[in-house]
Amino acid sequence: MVRYERPLSPHLDVYRWEVSNALSILHRATGVALSFGAIALVGWLMSVVGGPAAYNALNGFFTGPIGGLMLFGWTFCFFYHLCNGIRHLAWDTGRGFEKDRARMTGWFVVIVALVMTLAVWLAAFIA
Amino acid sequence: MAQFRLPPNSRLQKGRFFEAPAGAKQIRRFEVYRYDPDTGENPRVDHYDVALDQCGPMVLDGLIKIKNEVDPTLTFRRSCREGICGSCAMNIDGLNTLACTLAIDDIKGPVKVYPLPHMEVIKDLVPDLTHFYAQYASIKPWLQTRTPAPPDRERLQSRAEQELINSPSACILCACCSTSCPSYWWNSDRYLGPAALLAAYRWLVDSRDEASGERLDALEDSFRLYRCHTIMNCTNSCPKDLNPARAIAEIKKTLAVRRM
Repeated sequence: MVRYERPLSPHLDVYRWEVSNALSILHRATGVALSFGAIALVGWLMSVVGGPAAYNALNGFFTGPIGGLMLFGWTFCFFYHLCNGIRHLAWDTGRGFEKDRARMTGWFVVIVALVMTLAVWLAAFIA
Repeated sequence: MAQFRLPPNSRLQKGRFFEAPAGAKQIRRFEVYRYDPDTGENPRVDHYDVALDQCGPMVLDGLIKIKNEVDPTLTFRRSCREGICGSCAMNIDGLNTLACTLAIDDIKGPVKVYPLPHMEVIKDLVPDLTHFYAQYASIKPWLQTRTPAPPDRERLQSRAEQELINSPSACILCACCSTSCPSYWWNSDRYLGPAALLAAYRWLVDSRDEASGERLDALEDSFRLYRCHTIMNCTNSCPKDLNPARAIAEIKKTLAVRRM
């Protein structure tokens, strides 16, 4: 009798997205985005060292539409990663594992991150 | 490295369609994963229109009706039909659960039934659980003692001590939690997964067990325990409403305290 190699059952394609697992992957995605943001921050600091021409070029990019959008995205990534990181710290103390509680803190973290992002940008525009 | 895409021999093909018998009133479509090891063809999803007016209320009843009346080759595990044996664990409507305790009426739209995710499929809805059981055995799920038992009675526990192991002891090893966990999907060769870790926790908090140190030593590993990233799929899918995610956090906490 021929024995065929067994197939692997479907996983990502069939599993349901919920608040919990969606926010978990968002935590990782924002972390990755922030590490690129750190590179951009270093680039900006280096442009300060590089003199007025380099500084003006990079500053021009980040005050333009694409650079501005990137900064806005990084702001949200920063606040989401920060707030959700605090949520992880609470979990590390053994708290907040009830299904309802975990869902609630998830939404809470998203809302706080959005509010803080908007607050920072409002403050930047007013100043 | 995580392989997000299914290997070529596992990608789904279009399946067959079975109509409901004439005169059926309440029709619900079942979309069921099929794999036939005798042909070795790629798995497919067969569609069955099931007459609910002549069918029991649970998803398992629907599957049994299909097997009895439409397609006797459909293969799945089942035994107790009341949520205590853990045999009929499968991925239904996107979540891992027991087919016998999920009502068809609680699902909107077609009833999508797949085997437990990211497992080797033996046939249709039957995954190979050998590795899963081996991981359970690896945490030594039995009482380990050094002091002799009292000669005249059992090793007694207070009510409070008993209550600590009450909930984790209720695990039926259905594998819903472990196979819902993305960390387990990508790293099951080295990560123990929520079911085995919940069992490990159950013996760690047992007041009669005297091998906590050795048990913790065996768990203190960046893969065996710390691949848990608190995704919470385990706790959300557990058909017995247990909380493996919290148990794993408690183990991590115990290890942190031990190091201080």
